[in-house]
Amino acid sequence: MSAIENISFDHSELLRFITAGSVDDGKSTLIGRLLHDSKSIFEDQLSAITHTSRKRGMEAVDLSLLTDGLQAEREQGITIDVAYRYFATPKRKFIIADTPGHEQYTRNMVTGASTANLAIILIDARKGVLTQSRRHAYLASLVGIPHLVVAVNKMDLVDYSQDVFERICQEFHRFVAGLNLKNIAYIPMSALNGDMVVERGNNLGWYEGMTLMDLLEKVPVDHDINLEDFRFPVQLVCRPQTEEWHDFRGYMGRIESGSISVGDEVQVLPSGLTSRIKEIVTYEGNVEDAVAPQSVTLTIEDHLDISRGDMLVKISQLPQVTKEFDAMLCWLSEQSLDPRRKYLIKHSTRLVKAVISRIEYRLDINTLKHEAADILKMNDIARVSLKVHQPLVWDAYQRNHATGSFIVIDEVTNNTVAAGMICPSKG
Amino acid sequence: MDVILNQMDEFAPVAGPVAGLVMKNEPMVIKRRVARQLSHLEALESEAIHIMREVAAECANPALLFSGGKDSIVLLRLAEKAFRPGRFPFPLMHVDTGHNFPEVIEFRDRRVKQLGERLIVASMEDSIKQGRVVLRSENQSRNPFQSVTLLDAIAEHGFDACIGGARRDEEKARAKERIFSFRDEFGQWDPKNQRPELWDLYNARVHPGENIRVFPISNWTELDVWEYISREGLEVPHIYFAHRRDVIRRGSGLLPISHLVQPKEGEKVENLMVRFRTVGDMSCTCPVESTAVGIGEIIAETAVTRITERGATRMDDQTSEASMELRKREGYF
Repeated sequence: MSAIENISFDHSELLRFITAGSVDDGKSTLIGRLLHDSKSIFEDQLSAITHTSRKRGMEAVDLSLLTDGLQAEREQGITIDVAYRYFATPKRKFIIADTPGHEQYTRNMVTGASTANLAIILIDARKGVLTQSRRHAYLASLVGIPHLVVAVNKMDLVDYSQDVFERICQEFHRFVAGLNLKNIAYIPMSALNGDMVVERGNNLGWYEGMTLMDLLEKVPVDHDINLEDFRFPVQLVCRPQTEEWHDFRGYMGRIESGSISVGDEVQVLPSGLTSRIKEIVTYEGNVEDAVAPQSVTLTIEDHLDISRGDMLVKISQLPQVTKEFDAMLCWLSEQSLDPRRKYLIKHSTRLVKAVISRIEYRLDINTLKHEAADILKMNDIARVSLKVHQPLVWDAYQRNHATGSFIVIDEVTNNTVAAGMICPSKG
Repeated sequence: MDVILNQMDEFAPVAGPVAGLVMKNEPMVIKRRVARQLSHLEALESEAIHIMREVAAECANPALLFSGGKDSIVLLRLAEKAFRPGRFPFPLMHVDTGHNFPEVIEFRDRRVKQLGERLIVASMEDSIKQGRVVLRSENQSRNPFQSVTLLDAIAEHGFDACIGGARRDEEKARAKERIFSFRDEFGQWDPKNQRPELWDLYNARVHPGENIRVFPISNWTELDVWEYISREGLEVPHIYFAHRRDVIRRGSGLLPISHLVQPKEGEKVENLMVRFRTVGDMSCTCPVESTAVGIGEIIAETAVTRITERGATRMDDQTSEASMELRKREGYF
């Protein structure tokens, strides 16, 4: 049975994806091609890039100019980490997190990937699987992107050879064995000529799979969040104290995972007190049940002391509540990790002080080997042990992204300096 | 608890037929299907509500920028959904250029009254009187100077966060901006020095004098905004709908005749059916020719339009390739 048959297209859905690859792989051309062939490029944009293409002496319109940067980037020869682009087909609305390659790649890709349902890894058919392809695949697996598309691009430059394509697929397959990648699809294409991007083209007759656009429209997104464990981090407590709402005390937040119904028994963590759901309040009126990722207001039967940072869960599906845990940390700041310092951690709706008590190992992202390390620099990825001053309510990241992720904030500069993914507890 | 299976055909990727190379590397945790998949509009709405509540929780003194335009009309409905039955945990603020369409100001005041919330009007006329804004001519576009009035109001009221209705699909500088966008003590946006923004974990921390601009509908497109207005049955100022108006053709656009815009020699006044896609400074906001007299027709036109919103309607964004970027770096929202 195919998963697609269960999906209703009554409403269009949202798919967020990231493109990984450097300019040389034809990434900008691919994005330009997706936008152009899905008729998502506007005339004023097209006339601007046509003008620029001509000015630069090119015959055809250079679609890669659509993703051209800001003045600040051109002046300083830098690329800003993530640009977001939007297009829609009758079936879905798409958000592309477009991250430049080159230097700072780890930081950029982790940032863009953190909200993605799918990653497209571009491979130049002439060059095959490179070190950077392995890096991209590893980062996709670290951040737990549910779907991966390996786009073997520039097939026009290898005579659209099926042999070349299959060799690259097999090599990549071997390459990623052992990584936590669930669903991988391989598509041969020429972004330049448009083969297998939106249209099938006439050059890849031997390929029977879907075009990239087909796949983007059909890949299932409904199981990308954890639908099992109810997790409700309290954002705000609503106490209007007006005449009409005199005794109202509602807990406002977003259901990060799972679902909830009126009458369900819930536990408040970290306090451990229990109660039952009395009402699920929405602007449109009260409802009987609600699912992730809806934002709602909950009331409970008992009068308990609950505030921002607390989490409501179901008793049958308890998370961890600890002051110590291990995590994979991706260091994002130019200022290196100083293990002597205290940092702030924002995890769900809770902000706590933390120390990084131990760097277990730093990962060489090209070889995946573990190395000893005393400090972490920008783009480093490491497994670390953390201690926090108040208990956190968490799940392992691979089980639940919403309750397994955190950011590290420098208390002095207020900058976001690292991204963390909590590891399953040992033993 | 988890059910672990090795054979997971039901969850196999749809890329099944792809050269027979789809793999499943390891057992996978089955997750029960959700009763109902959220539509893209519901998902965007929930994201925006979550963002607004984060602002309310983490910022000491926020404000919501309300202009009477369609994007901020959507923000108000999202704020109702985020905070009712409570009151908004912030005042509304409008930066009034003095060049607004009268219909929009009338609508603004009526909507605020309906909601029973507080409105602060930061007036550019005051900035001009105080000599903080110096204009070359009375009738020139005041858009570029909004930043001065905005920054003065932020300082006067001590706001540490301003919620705005900007969208990333509007312009390429906006495409690279964060949802929680940090501004230094001069109100400046530094595009190359933005805080990384991961998952839905927003960093709203600022030092005194600095502030955060927050854009809850960053991920919405013009079409999403109209579909939402339709779904929610929201009222918008009637200049968004097609109506007859005296206009002249200037540059690539139409300009509405008003006390600020009079025909120059050789320009012909025409009476056309037009509507506005954005409502801003009267001297530089261009209407488009349209027969869309209802929301359904606007949605239909928006779905097939071939010109970007700002490309069609804002003369000030066409002065240079980087005009929005430059204004933002000076403190524009």
